[in-house]
Amino acid sequence: MLTILFDGIAYGMLLFIIAVGLAITLGLMNFINLAHGAFAMAGGYITVVLMNRYGVSFYLCLPIAFLAMAVVGVVLERTLYRRLYSASHLDQVLFSVGLVFMSVAAVQYFMGGQQQLIHLPPELSGRTEIFGIGVGRYRLFITIVCAVLVVALQLALTKTRFGSQLRAAVDDGRVARGLGINVSTVFALTFAAGSGLAGLGGAMGAEILGLDPNFPLKFMVYFLIVVTVGGTSTITGPFLAALLLGIADVAGKYYVPEIGAFVIYAVMVIMLVLRPHGLFAREGGR
Amino acid sequence: MSAVLQTRNLMKRFGGFVATNDVSLSVEQGARHALIGPNGAGKTTLINLLTGALKPTSGRVILQGEDITDLPPHQRVRRGLARTFQVNQLFPEFTPLEAVVLAINEREQLGASAWKPLVRYPQVVDEAAALLERFGLSDVMGERTSRLPYGKQRLLEMALAFAAKPRVLLLDEPAAGVPEEERHEVLAIVRALPSDVTVVLIEHDMDLVFSFADRISVLVSGALFTEGTVAEIAADPRVKAIYLGEDA
Amino acid sequence: MTVIGETTAAVSSTGPEHVAATQLRRRNAWRAYEIVLWLVAIALIFMLPSKALLLTEIAILALFAVSLDLVLGYAGIVSLGHGAFFGLGAYVAGLFAMHFFPEPVTGLLVAGLVSGLLGFVTSFLVLRGSDLTRLMTTLGIALMLAELANQMAWLTGGADGLSGFTVGPILGLFEFDLWGRTGYIYSLVVLFLATWAARRIVNSPFGLSLKAVQGNRVRAAMVGVPAKSRIVVIYTIAAVYAGFAGALLTQTTSFVSPDVLAFHRSADVLLVLVLGGVGYLYGGIIGAIIFTLLRDWFSVITPQYWMFWIGLVLVIIVMVGRENITRWHTFLPAPIQRALARAANWRPGPKIGGGQ
Repeated sequence: MLTILFDGIAYGMLLFIIAVGLAITLGLMNFINLAHGAFAMAGGYITVVLMNRYGVSFYLCLPIAFLAMAVVGVVLERTLYRRLYSASHLDQVLFSVGLVFMSVAAVQYFMGGQQQLIHLPPELSGRTEIFGIGVGRYRLFITIVCAVLVVALQLALTKTRFGSQLRAAVDDGRVARGLGINVSTVFALTFAAGSGLAGLGGAMGAEILGLDPNFPLKFMVYFLIVVTVGGTSTITGPFLAALLLGIADVAGKYYVPEIGAFVIYAVMVIMLVLRPHGLFAREGGR
Repeated sequence: MSAVLQTRNLMKRFGGFVATNDVSLSVEQGARHALIGPNGAGKTTLINLLTGALKPTSGRVILQGEDITDLPPHQRVRRGLARTFQVNQLFPEFTPLEAVVLAINEREQLGASAWKPLVRYPQVVDEAAALLERFGLSDVMGERTSRLPYGKQRLLEMALAFAAKPRVLLLDEPAAGVPEEERHEVLAIVRALPSDVTVVLIEHDMDLVFSFADRISVLVSGALFTEGTVAEIAADPRVKAIYLGEDA
Repeated sequence: MTVIGETTAAVSSTGPEHVAATQLRRRNAWRAYEIVLWLVAIALIFMLPSKALLLTEIAILALFAVSLDLVLGYAGIVSLGHGAFFGLGAYVAGLFAMHFFPEPVTGLLVAGLVSGLLGFVTSFLVLRGSDLTRLMTTLGIALMLAELANQMAWLTGGADGLSGFTVGPILGLFEFDLWGRTGYIYSLVVLFLATWAARRIVNSPFGLSLKAVQGNRVRAAMVGVPAKSRIVVIYTIAAVYAGFAGALLTQTTSFVSPDVLAFHRSADVLLVLVLGGVGYLYGGIIGAIIFTLLRDWFSVITPQYWMFWIGLVLVIIVMVGRENITRWHTFLPAPIQRALARAANWRPGPKIGGGQ
């Protein structure tokens, strides 16, 4: 029981790390980016290739995945995404679905359709007893890394100058521009960070979420749930939403495997109807 | 004469800001009632409360003796309360003909009919044509609205409101932004509105107000400052002070 | 509807009510391209009998895309889950043939009815919220349905799909043949009737009010349009259409694959509609033709990686701009444009109004 809870937390943390970039894209630029999962998938495949073909250490792969996806993110943002900020939501959806399809087919072409496996370092495999609860070491590792990242993100957002500029821009882009904040640069950097985090999450999640070419499609809804349920006005909203989703999904698949996913979608739809601005949104917020 | 449109102690707060402060207004049947006031006096908020675009914090809106405070905008329209917008709110892709046909259809409760084409409702077509002619739009009825000159767009605004056969027509700065050479046409049509339709005019242009209205209410800071006939308001030194204070 | 180079008829001898009537009549007059399209579709029965299966596929996809156009182009709802109604229709048609009655027209109507019911119920969920929440809601409903179909294997055959039913002759008269000729004629008739009905609907007062809600929702309310109830109606009609399309697929293939509820159906049909142009009904049909031919062509080159090309097409369309794609003719030399304009405005019967 507690093991499941813990697995759910680790799972939720991963979802959050991957989806947090999406929350910013949506909150800052009102851009519906359905291709966010493709960044996570790419991060995962980078790790798989580096580890399995070139024998690079797992610990080194994680920052590489982050940096690689951050660079890819900033390049795509500057070349393609930025042109669509003022486009209609339909155009954004079409564009990002197109990217998803391309990434799925490209990965299929280069890597094949099978599930990818990575061999975790020995110290991360197996289980450990903590306070009498059996806890997977790798999940513990993920939880710790993600928790550190969440704290770091929260601090970066609240304590740094960049963070306050970002929050101002999310709150009201026009006012922020009026205050002399370079929203376009703020956003490019944030997009890079968001893509990098997705890549990192994908790299760490390869073992838990599974990694195959359909990854961006399979998890698209999950990332969107995190963002829509959590709202885009805070970082704690998506974080709580991700934890809830993670626990619910793990528990659902364990206890009621027949209807697990169904319940998640049903709850999502009900939630969206009752609280279209997110579960944790301020009243009257966006 | 009886009141056709009334508000009772109408209040609207946005956070701590009181946009409409305890306004009790009474508009007589057939009146030409002008609402004036300096910028930020809450004229547009008041209009939005009357038409249902905003919900009041407290107070009631009464149309022909019926409390319409809780009705959505489209049902207020059906009960005879129509408005024009200060900034054009039109259907850019429609032709004036389509727009007017739409408005008449909705008034006649035909909007849910989903089978016969528009042309098969001859009374609607005839009325639309007559309406377009009255508002000086016959020669452009087939143009796209977005391509019309601004003055024509203002006229279409009024034609659309008028198509609802309103008992009360709220005109929000009908001549605002219209270039000088098109202005006389707009004003002539405002003056020629039939006398059984009650008109509430929100206007900045004092010449237009004094030549058109028979009764004037002055709003200041969201509250009703004073009310009277044109002569009374024109002679009121306090009103002059408010306007001079603002214009200077 | 985009009409190339239409000019206002200058009629001096008649009053404004005649001008008005003429212009309104012109709105829903049959255009040359429509007539040509249907005639070609009929001619293909005889000219390309070997391609009947492909043509059937186009007709079904076209109907599905026309249905999405009602949702996107007329109700203004960006849906990522329109496949739900298609898939439901497909399963209902299969189950109906298996357990109740094999006659296809009855099955078609039942499938449309059931899909329409789901459309009606779920339409209330898409009335509120932003584009994003609507997109998630529609997607969520489609995923729920897919999950349901997958889990209820006792009813749906689960991952293996639903098979082992036979579809009887249409109206008890026309047997489906191996070459798909009957299937194509059947699908074409359904597509034509559905498009004809949709044409009437969008050209009616109701259709005008839908366009008004899309053009300016605030103003539409101020002329008395109850936007919500109108959207419920059109969403329901669209669901019926999608159900028809799904049923046609089942009946012409005698098989229901769980793939009918897959996400890519909803995404593909969006692409189809966007290829042909949103908001004038024929976009779905033209898009279905382009899409199916493109897929056929790409599949020859790289059968497995067809998805990549769809994706690329989507990205390019958005980058070039959808309006530029549907207005391709404005890049043609002026004489050709004028000829096209004449062709598009041409219609049978006596000339109405002035014309050029």
